[in-house]
Amino acid sequence: MKKQRNWREIGVGMVVPVLAIGIWQAVASMGWVNPQVLPSPLAVWERWVAYLLPLVPYEGYTEGGWWHWAFSGELIVDTLTSLYRVVVGFLIGGGLALPLGLAMGASNTVYAWMNPLVQILRPIPPIAYIPLAILWFGLGNPPAVFLIALGAFFPVLMNTIAGVRHVDGIYLRAARNLGAGGVTMFLRVILPAAVPYILSGVRIGIGTAFIVVIVSEMIAVNNGLGYRILEAREYFWSDKIIAGMITIGLLGLAIDIAMNRLNNYLLRWHRGLEH
Amino acid sequence: MDAHIQVNGVNKVFASDERQVVALQDIDLSIPRGQFTCLLGPSGCGKSTLLNAVAGFSPPTSGSILVDGQPVAAPGPDRGMVFQEYALFPWMTVEQNVGFGLDIKKTPKAEIRRTVDELLRMLSLTDFRQRYPKDLSGGMRQRVAIARVLALDSPIMLMDEPFGALDALTRRNLQDELLRIWAELKKTILFVTHSIEEAIYLADRIVVMTYRPGTVKRDILVDLPRMRDPAAPEFNLLKRELGQLVMEEQQRHHSDELRMAAVD
Repeated sequence: MKKQRNWREIGVGMVVPVLAIGIWQAVASMGWVNPQVLPSPLAVWERWVAYLLPLVPYEGYTEGGWWHWAFSGELIVDTLTSLYRVVVGFLIGGGLALPLGLAMGASNTVYAWMNPLVQILRPIPPIAYIPLAILWFGLGNPPAVFLIALGAFFPVLMNTIAGVRHVDGIYLRAARNLGAGGVTMFLRVILPAAVPYILSGVRIGIGTAFIVVIVSEMIAVNNGLGYRILEAREYFWSDKIIAGMITIGLLGLAIDIAMNRLNNYLLRWHRGLEH
Repeated sequence: MDAHIQVNGVNKVFASDERQVVALQDIDLSIPRGQFTCLLGPSGCGKSTLLNAVAGFSPPTSGSILVDGQPVAAPGPDRGMVFQEYALFPWMTVEQNVGFGLDIKKTPKAEIRRTVDELLRMLSLTDFRQRYPKDLSGGMRQRVAIARVLALDSPIMLMDEPFGALDALTRRNLQDELLRIWAELKKTILFVTHSIEEAIYLADRIVVMTYRPGTVKRDILVDLPRMRDPAAPEFNLLKRELGQLVMEEQQRHHSDELRMAAVD
């Protein structure tokens, strides 16, 4: 029963995209628009496949084995590079935000010391740090990772603070009654109670990191998905621009699905997540 | 008789900017070991305040509370508390919830396991040990909360309207269960309720409290044989008498609310 409904849902979900692509293809085939402005879906698809496949035939490939060759396509390398930057940037930003957020949430003193600075820095979009990032870190991965870390930092921080501050007093009372104090209280009651908030911060943080990676690749590096679509514009390869954008969309979707899975696993105890 | 819980001249005042509320006034209570005592009264009569003071969550403004002759300074596992809202940790399974208190005390794993097994059996929770609280009904959750307190083997159980949110059948079921546990483990129980029938069904002694300021209005021993039959004439005689007392306080509560509404 459930399986059947799933297929049905997928079928229904495909109607609008297929229709949209159909109209797009029709518009392109009728010659109503300049293909350099809007290439046909078929052209984009062909370009996407070419972008995905290795640049040189296997016979001429010298840098490694078959496996290495299969993954030597520009698209795969770009995707992995972008993903790598998101992951490293997020781990640094989130990794710094989590302990600070826990401390600010749990201690009024830390909060009083840190909050004014946080409130001043928080509204500055990571994009505004681009000039400084280049001045400080030059070109290449470091400025990109810096910007991504910055983008991930504040959402994780704010949500962690809120999570710790919103722990229901009844859990604290029950835990104190059972003899919990200090470290036990923090690690086994406050922290798990704050996890739903923290995870929603992580989700927003990853989303921001993903936006920032594309932007930062347009300015500081010469590979990655963001760089590639900007490069394609210089050659008027609009089909490649769209192929790159679709890849960005797919990667974002994959990250979101993975986050969802993680969320459901970590919050399997949480009410309101039963599907 | 040695008093297990001794409440001496306790006052509790909640003060805000606009007004002061005297929640407890000159409460003296001496509760012997093993007694099942119900604090009965309408909402706002300070019965939960008194329970929280005994639990150590909120100390009295003046007066003292002694447990085993020692003044109460903080919450502690010697006075296990069962809350109306269950207060189970939703991120822990049933067995983790029940074992949590022992885990804090650094009890060896094998011993925790043994105690938890036994309690789960006692409260018919064995089949639910791996479940999370969200998957349990209210009655089941309250069983877990009771098991969690029993795991500590605390001589005193404090219960704050624990069955207030349950339907009538589940409620009766858990009341019987609690009586069985109390008889078996000989706990001193201080039980807050606003249900007259519940108080008569459970208690050795019923302390009726007045609405603001909270004082002891009547302190009676219930000497009906157990298990008590709520349909028996003596039961209903007592119910009528207590109903009268509680209703007087309920009316004071009501007129107080009307007055405050008029002020606002």
